[in-house]
Amino acid sequence: MGIEFRHVEKTYPDGAQAVRDISFTVPSHTTTVLLGSSGCGKTTLLRMVNRMVDPTGGQLLIDGEDIAGAEPVRLRRSIGYVMQHSGLLPHRRVIDNVATGLRLNGAARGPARSQAEELLELVGLDPALGRRYPDQLSGGQQQRVGVARGLAGDPNILLMDEPFGAVDPLVRLELQQQMKRLQTELRKTVLLVTHDIEEALSLGDQIILLRPGGEIAQAGTAQELLSAPADDFVARFLGVAQGRRRLRTSAGQDGEWVVTDAEGRPLGVVEAPPGPVHPRADPSGSVPPEDGR
Amino acid sequence: MDWILANTGRIAELTLDHAALSLPAVLAAFLLSVPLAVLANRLRPLREPIVSGTGLLYAVPSLPLFIVLPIILGTGIRDPLNAVAALTLFGMALMVRSAAEALDAVSAEVRLAAAAQGYSSWGRFWTVDLPLAGPAMLAGLRVVSVSTISLATVSAVLGVPSLGSLFTDGFQRGIMESVLAGVVMTVVMALILDLLLVLSGRLLMPWARRRA
Amino acid sequence: MNHLLEAWELLIQADTWTGPTGMGARAWEHLLYTVLAVGVSALIALPAGLAVGHFGRGRNLAVLSTGAVRALPTLGVLTLVGLVVGVGLMAPMVALIILAVPSILAGTYSGAESVDPRVVDAARAQGMSRWQILFAVQIPLGLPLIIGGIRLAVLQVVGTAMLAAYVGAGGLGAPLFLGLRTYDYPLLLAASLVVIALAVLLDIAFGTVQRTARRLMRGPA
Ligand SMILES: Nc1ncnc2c1ncn2[C@@H]1O[C@H](COP(=O)(O)OP(=O)(O)O)[C@@H](O)[C@H]1O
Ligand SMILES: [Mg+2]
Repeated sequence: MGIEFRHVEKTYPDGAQAVRDISFTVPSHTTTVLLGSSGCGKTTLLRMVNRMVDPTGGQLLIDGEDIAGAEPVRLRRSIGYVMQHSGLLPHRRVIDNVATGLRLNGAARGPARSQAEELLELVGLDPALGRRYPDQLSGGQQQRVGVARGLAGDPNILLMDEPFGAVDPLVRLELQQQMKRLQTELRKTVLLVTHDIEEALSLGDQIILLRPGGEIAQAGTAQELLSAPADDFVARFLGVAQGRRRLRTSAGQDGEWVVTDAEGRPLGVVEAPPGPVHPRADPSGSVPPEDGR
Repeated sequence: MDWILANTGRIAELTLDHAALSLPAVLAAFLLSVPLAVLANRLRPLREPIVSGTGLLYAVPSLPLFIVLPIILGTGIRDPLNAVAALTLFGMALMVRSAAEALDAVSAEVRLAAAAQGYSSWGRFWTVDLPLAGPAMLAGLRVVSVSTISLATVSAVLGVPSLGSLFTDGFQRGIMESVLAGVVMTVVMALILDLLLVLSGRLLMPWARRRA
Repeated sequence: MNHLLEAWELLIQADTWTGPTGMGARAWEHLLYTVLAVGVSALIALPAGLAVGHFGRGRNLAVLSTGAVRALPTLGVLTLVGLVVGVGLMAPMVALIILAVPSILAGTYSGAESVDPRVVDAARAQGMSRWQILFAVQIPLGLPLIIGGIRLAVLQVVGTAMLAAYVGAGGLGAPLFLGLRTYDYPLLLAASLVVIALAVLLDIAFGTVQRTARRLMRGPA
């Protein structure tokens, strides 16, 4: 169940081979993150799910059914899509932008609008903003509208392409936290693309790390990737090799515990000391990333 | 074909007449438009009046302009000078806007950098603004040259000799070859001038070659 | 300047405007020619331009042919077609349509192309069909440029439609050529002034429509 990529390949008409022989599964009701630097095929893989891109090899199955036989337009209407730049229609009010998908699926104007208002509230926006035009919102607000639009029609699958990549760090953090809250409530099958390691570690139940050339470097949970990087590339990409994610604790002046990275730069303070203390004796002391911030 | 062979002398003569109408008009339109565009670019309050004002000229149809202008200038309707003046005004209607837009498009960063290096306002104009706006201005000039050469034929209905005379004569006397020869010569002249403009653009602005 | 005054006096006389060959009838004819020529051109150029803008193919061909057609002297096309089909409305219509098509075509494909590709992409991802993207996204958002192309075509056609009378059709060219042949400068000038007024009025009207479209498509600020 979920979304299954089976030996998927994509070579664009101009000869660019974007992804080669990729297999993984996005389990239902969980978040899978496609992580990798720019150009390694994340967007290509994501767009295969709603047939914005068709693979040149392999198969893609949703709940066991090959989507090659699905009608693209109908498929897209059943899947939510959120992109980096909100891509909102500038000539339609925010509320109508959110309602677009509902209208495409045949909802009448009135019900579509009231549903769209609920969605705005769900993503933390004042429904009164619905009367505005997209250009009259801040970048963060536009991005929230983008999420609301993706959720319209209550799709089982939500595709997100660097959804928080274009907003400033504070707003990004806020949006990520909201996304987590929403996901515990809605439990969509989410496939999210990012090049931001923090975002991947914080949002992904599963992380698929891609390497340049469009291959999977490693797939697993955040813990698995951090504690057992498959190779040098993974270790370097996650920053384990340079010690960015090798954390140590040491006793501070007032008896609290200070967390430092491998180079001794302090990162933060531990509130409840983790059991018996031998700070200098513990060489690795790695902690899950959520605590490491 | 026979007609054309028998009339090469006349065709050549009319081609020269045509060039004498359109080339000065293209040149004058360019030389008058650039200073106006610079003014529009440098003095913001003047921008709208200059650009919209000359743009309005474009709304004035060509044939009536050929007729109204001599009344204002005091030249005769069949005077070639009248045709040159009308064509110049037409060229300016297009050229002022495109030159002003070309200058506007020179990035503010590049200007600031040049100012920071110590260029005076005028030094910067010659060394930075004009060269960088050049390619876009050239694009505007090409449109002006093609349309001026094509438009110049209209003056023939008023009796000013040009390649358009081949149309009017041919039509009145029912000689298809005459009209065809006129069309071909007009298009060829437009193409040759366009080619010359492109080539001189490459010579004068080698930095723009990659983009073009 | 005397001629100008005489022309003005001619224009404020009621006689000048009435009758089957009066200035009023001629102006009406002129307007009809313009609407007809621009209308037919739009029927050709709008679908073609939208196809180029929507599919992003054939753009080079469109640019090249618009440029080439612009170099064609309208008077030449007019007299050439006139020689083939004889005097009447056919020749001017062909010439005016050839004149108008490039402007509308260029405006239309630039309009359709001018829409932010990310917006088109998002519309596609939402599950809009090609037709829905065209009619709900590309046409409305490209409207200011599309109208701009039509506006330019109208201006060109209004002015050039005077030549229709040269091959025996009507319009405001009729009094103009009559004045030219009979050295009746006031009549010549009067006809010219009416065309100029017509062109300026049409331009102002289209300018207003264009601004309105631009405002609507951007959303009131
Ligand atoms: N439409 C396309 N045509 C040709 N090449 C493409 C196209 N889209 C993407 N590519 C190429 O495929 C590779 C992967 O692109 P993409 O999936 O967008 O990567 P990412 O989202 O990870 O940055 C890149 O090398 C890119 O240049
Ligand atoms: Mg991408």
